[in-house]
Amino acid sequence: MVRLITHNLLACHAKGCTSNNFPLQFKDVQVELREAEFNPDFLRGFIPRLEWGALVDAARQLGDTSLPPEPPEMMDDEFLQKLHHVLLEVHIEEGVMICPNCNHAYPISNGIPNMLLAEHEIG
Amino acid sequence: MSRPELQAPPEIYYGDTEAKKYTNNSRIQQIQAEMTYRALELLSLPPDEPAFLLDIGCGSGLSGEILDEQGHVWVGVDVAPSMLEVALEREVEGDLFLQDIGQGFGFRPGSFDGAISVSVIQWLLNAETSHPTSSPPHRLTRFFTTLHAALRNPSRAVLQFYPTSDDQVQLITSIAQKAGFGGGVVVDYPNSNKARKVFLCLFVGGGGSAQQVPKGLEAEEEDGQARARFEASRQRQRKRDKNGKRKSVKDKDWILRKKELYRRRGKEDVPRDSKFTGRKRKAVF
Repeated sequence: MVRLITHNLLACHAKGCTSNNFPLQFKDVQVELREAEFNPDFLRGFIPRLEWGALVDAARQLGDTSLPPEPPEMMDDEFLQKLHHVLLEVHIEEGVMICPNCNHAYPISNGIPNMLLAEHEIG
Repeated sequence: MSRPELQAPPEIYYGDTEAKKYTNNSRIQQIQAEMTYRALELLSLPPDEPAFLLDIGCGSGLSGEILDEQGHVWVGVDVAPSMLEVALEREVEGDLFLQDIGQGFGFRPGSFDGAISVSVIQWLLNAETSHPTSSPPHRLTRFFTTLHAALRNPSRAVLQFYPTSDDQVQLITSIAQKAGFGGGVVVDYPNSNKARKVFLCLFVGGGGSAQQVPKGLEAEEEDGQARARFEASRQRQRKRDKNGKRKSVKDKDWILRKKELYRRRGKEDVPRDSKFTGRKRKAVF
């Protein structure tokens, strides 16, 4: 159940991989849509923490182009609905996340990403 | 039996059977729920605001369910695949990660409003291999530094754990402090063997004076004594009757109760009750 909300917070944590390690790139993904409860207060509080560019890119990679390239000034309900859909209702079930810097691949199976590192990759 | 963390690494100990057992055991569920509520209380999040929390060692999502109930959005990490599988079956709301917390987190700085963990970090105290990254201090350092980075300023992390000795508590708190955390250990019911619970209550930022380590809960003394008195009298009653003779444990009442139980369970050939039930036989000689 990788949703874009967590993908937006996730950077590579392998040894020595400290710059350009975000965002992880998706590859061969299977997406599932699942409805979630709409919570505008939570979204409003969360927007400052989002890396907007990365979120829009990730959404485009998954074929969702509903978000504007810049976060709008006015948080109207329509915009929050779209954001809610992208952040919380798009689940990535299968696929791989690849670090743009060290090319470490984190496989996702059954909706659970495997973040385990081999011994020599631990920082 | 010795502690689970001494028997095998968590991803092996919590295999398919143990994961199911853990999740379905109502006593574990209850304890887990109590500790989650207490941890949430210690987190002291602003009321009525949904927060974004990290559940460290989420297992099958027992505490995650409570976070859902309280309206929070959460992310869970665990190292045992079987536990996560059970969590998937139970359709918990949070995002799940298969991750070894001793290897550190990869979350961007300032991602979470808080972190909770129930009965987990004692697992970090055992070395599985002789590789330097497998030593407990290294794993703890990696865990606390990356956790500190992942939390917002100001925020809290509340980690309940079962230390075997004071040295372990010392080791954990000193490493947490080196990682930049403030705060300390909160012990609930320190004088009780069973109810005693150790919480590591860590603060990120807050300027020192603003965040004080909360007090642990104490058992109400009167309550404890009353229970003890009651226990003692009951024990006395059980052992001896009025004349000071020991009462037979398997007296008539006991036999009737057992027979009734067997009948209710549908056991066949339960003897009838009569006036002879539970009587002693006459001495033959």
